Amino acid sequence: MTNTQSYPDTHHDVSSNTILGFWIYLMTDCVMFATFFAAYAVLHNNTFGGPSAKELFDLRFALGESLVLLASSFSCGVAMLYAPRQQTGKVLGWFAITFILGALFFWMGLYDFSRLIAGGNTWQSNGFLSSYFTLIGVHGLHILVGLMMMIVFIVQLIQRGLTGRVLRRLTCLRIYWHFLYLIWIFTFAIVYLIGAR
Amino acid sequence: MIAFIEYSDIFGKLDLNAFKHDAIEASVGISIILISIALVFFLTYKKLWVWLWRDWLTSLDHKKIGVMYLIVSAAMLFKGFVDAAMMRAQQAFSVGDSFGYLGAPHFQQIFTAHGTTMIFFVAMGMVFGLINILLPLQIGARDVAFPFLNNLSFWFFAVGAALLIVSLMIGNYAGTGWVSYPPLSGIKYSPGVGVDYWLWGIQIAGVGTLLSGVNFLVTIFKMRCPGMTLMKMPLFVWSVLNSLVLIVFAFPILTATLAMLSLDRMMGMHFFTSDFGGYPMMYVNLIWAWGHPEVYILVLPAFGIFSEVVATFSGKKLFGYTSMVWAMVAITFLSFIVWLHHFFTMGAGPKVNAFFGIMTMIIAVPTGVKVFNWLFTMFKGRVQFKTPMLWFLGFVIIFTIGGMDGVLMAIAPVDFQVHNSLFLVAHFHSMVIGGVLFGILAGFTYWFPKIFGFKLNEKYGGYAAFCWIFGFLFAFIPLYILGLMGATRRLNHYEAATGWQPLFIVAAIGVCIIAVGVFFQIVQLIVSIKEKDQNMDTTGDPWNGRTLEWSTTSPAPFYNFATIPEVSERDPFWTMKHHKQEAKYVEIHMPKNSPHGVFIGALSFTFSFGLIWNMWWLAIVSLIGMIVCLMIRLFDRDTEYAISPQEVEKFELANKHLN
Repeated sequence: MTNTQSYPDTHHDVSSNTILGFWIYLMTDCVMFATFFAAYAVLHNNTFGGPSAKELFDLRFALGESLVLLASSFSCGVAMLYAPRQQTGKVLGWFAITFILGALFFWMGLYDFSRLIAGGNTWQSNGFLSSYFTLIGVHGLHILVGLMMMIVFIVQLIQRGLTGRVLRRLTCLRIYWHFLYLIWIFTFAIVYLIGAR
Repeated sequence: MIAFIEYSDIFGKLDLNAFKHDAIEASVGISIILISIALVFFLTYKKLWVWLWRDWLTSLDHKKIGVMYLIVSAAMLFKGFVDAAMMRAQQAFSVGDSFGYLGAPHFQQIFTAHGTTMIFFVAMGMVFGLINILLPLQIGARDVAFPFLNNLSFWFFAVGAALLIVSLMIGNYAGTGWVSYPPLSGIKYSPGVGVDYWLWGIQIAGVGTLLSGVNFLVTIFKMRCPGMTLMKMPLFVWSVLNSLVLIVFAFPILTATLAMLSLDRMMGMHFFTSDFGGYPMMYVNLIWAWGHPEVYILVLPAFGIFSEVVATFSGKKLFGYTSMVWAMVAITFLSFIVWLHHFFTMGAGPKVNAFFGIMTMIIAVPTGVKVFNWLFTMFKGRVQFKTPMLWFLGFVIIFTIGGMDGVLMAIAPVDFQVHNSLFLVAHFHSMVIGGVLFGILAGFTYWFPKIFGFKLNEKYGGYAAFCWIFGFLFAFIPLYILGLMGATRRLNHYEAATGWQPLFIVAAIGVCIIAVGVFFQIVQLIVSIKEKDQNMDTTGDPWNGRTLEWSTTSPAPFYNFATIPEVSERDPFWTMKHHKQEAKYVEIHMPKNSPHGVFIGALSFTFSFGLIWNMWWLAIVSLIGMIVCLMIRLFDRDTEYAISPQEVEKFELANKHLN
């Protein structure tokens, strides 16, 4: 009576739907970051008599942050190399490294913020610092969300193993994590490198 | 311990003064409360709560979500229309020694609320309502790509609208205009909660829109039925696709901009302040970098609706399908490089103004192509003047008038003369009422049988359309003239010597004519429901339609299509009608209902409310609640159910029997 082959049910193709949807979401996120970058570009000289980017930023520390996040992004990529081969143990191990490095990056960001605030340079000081704290802060919030998702998906991975749904979620997380590194490259170039000139 | 907690720790800025309003505001608030109580009693008396919760609020069915969008938007349209009528009444009488019946602070809130309501909660809501209902049907899909996300988007939209309504009763609304330029909207000049209500209402609704944008883009790209290539999609789908691309690129800008203004207000930052190195003009640029595409987000789906309506009621295939598609793509692209025409007077210099002026004029070309294509579709067709076609005729006249003076205002020196005048107000109302709203109303009448299973009354529909069209001309042609005479927008008082009063009175009469139109629409609904049995759509194809939505029964079953159609050309149903296929039934997977959309929506309301009134504990608790709900949803493995082929056959037979 039926010929299921020639009438595929649309709901079976969820995996590619989710990943395309996630890509589109990331593009919207990219536009949002672009807006914050634009605001920073407009306001970065408006120090209102306060110290400039050159006086405030520590390029070496920012480079250190970049390397930590790069390593985290790399280990996330390695973890996902093992995922299609169903090597759950290795996936777990590499995601643990990703998580630790990501958390370290987050902590470094907080440390950098507290250093600035302790020096009396807060987001209330001037337009330049408002846009700086917001740009870095929004990136940091994304990292925090990524870390939380990582915990949830690792729990699911332990509970369920590498099922289709878990694999799909880990794939999204991986794209997200690489995306955040990409945004950080722009941050490093536009905020720290240009600022340190 | 309790003794150490101060009042402000619990209630933030909220105190009894927030509930004190003048007589007019209070009467609005009280009537809203009374309506709500009456609704609660009605639902309890009729024992409808379970039905409401199970069949509607938690439903992931795209058609039901669409209907919910339409209901919320219709309620908001009523509110926005009352705002408009109040402004017209004020301006008709507030001359010379008379200062009208509205105080200046209240008048400011009304014009702000009117603009915000109409754009975000009426136009956007109705457009998304129709997209929700029609898009999957037109592409031959059973559902959208992410049904739960769709439900969540609706709740974010509803919460945005609810925040606006709540501001009528608790505290007040922004008085800064619908785009709230800083530094006026900064904490220094607007210290109250009004701007915060505006900010969070739009922010939450905007996130919902963004999620919808992603959802429907994936739906269009991934879930078209076999054989439907991009260039075989119905034009409504094409128009929605373009509109969604705009949403995906424009709404993140809004999110970021509103976030920056919120940070200025809440955290004492200096993005847009006039001191400490802030830069208010950046806000104006950013808000219009979103705001101009937004106009096209609204009007493109209306173009799509008219393309369907005109082809169907002319009994012909649409003239110039390919040029229609490319015209929309051109509009989509150009709409991102014209935002500066909203503030030529900012002083960007002649070269910048010239660039944006020319780009704005160029947009008229693809738009003109579309108007001619519709007219050529009617040419030599068998045109049936049903209600949707009447809306189309009104649209062509009003939209063309509005478009022409849009081109006029694209000339920067002319714009310097009419900037912020009533001429501008008349222009954008021509586009948004004549373009968007008429499109939505045409689409609503056209697709009503597909949604509810019976046709709307033609007689009262025609009366309503005529009242709206003539009422519109009476209400807004005087504003064009007043604008040229120098009347600026947002006036709550003017001098008698200006000689403006007669024209303002004509405009007020125009609003009364529109009100009669609204009355006829309500009568139309009531009469149609009463005479439902005579107007049943038994064929599923009441208008002799051309696209896939008409190939299924009316109202469409919850799985849309028992068998996914296969198409080989444009206007697939037109050809399909002559080649009936034997039905083959397969197992269908549908999403289960989920209450988490309602929960997350409700928590986003308390979250915003906490932030608006500085009740930090409430905001934090709500945020944690939202995360927990999301987690529960993420851990839920049981989200779908299957319908066996036998059950599908049973449903299909029942539908046929019904017919």
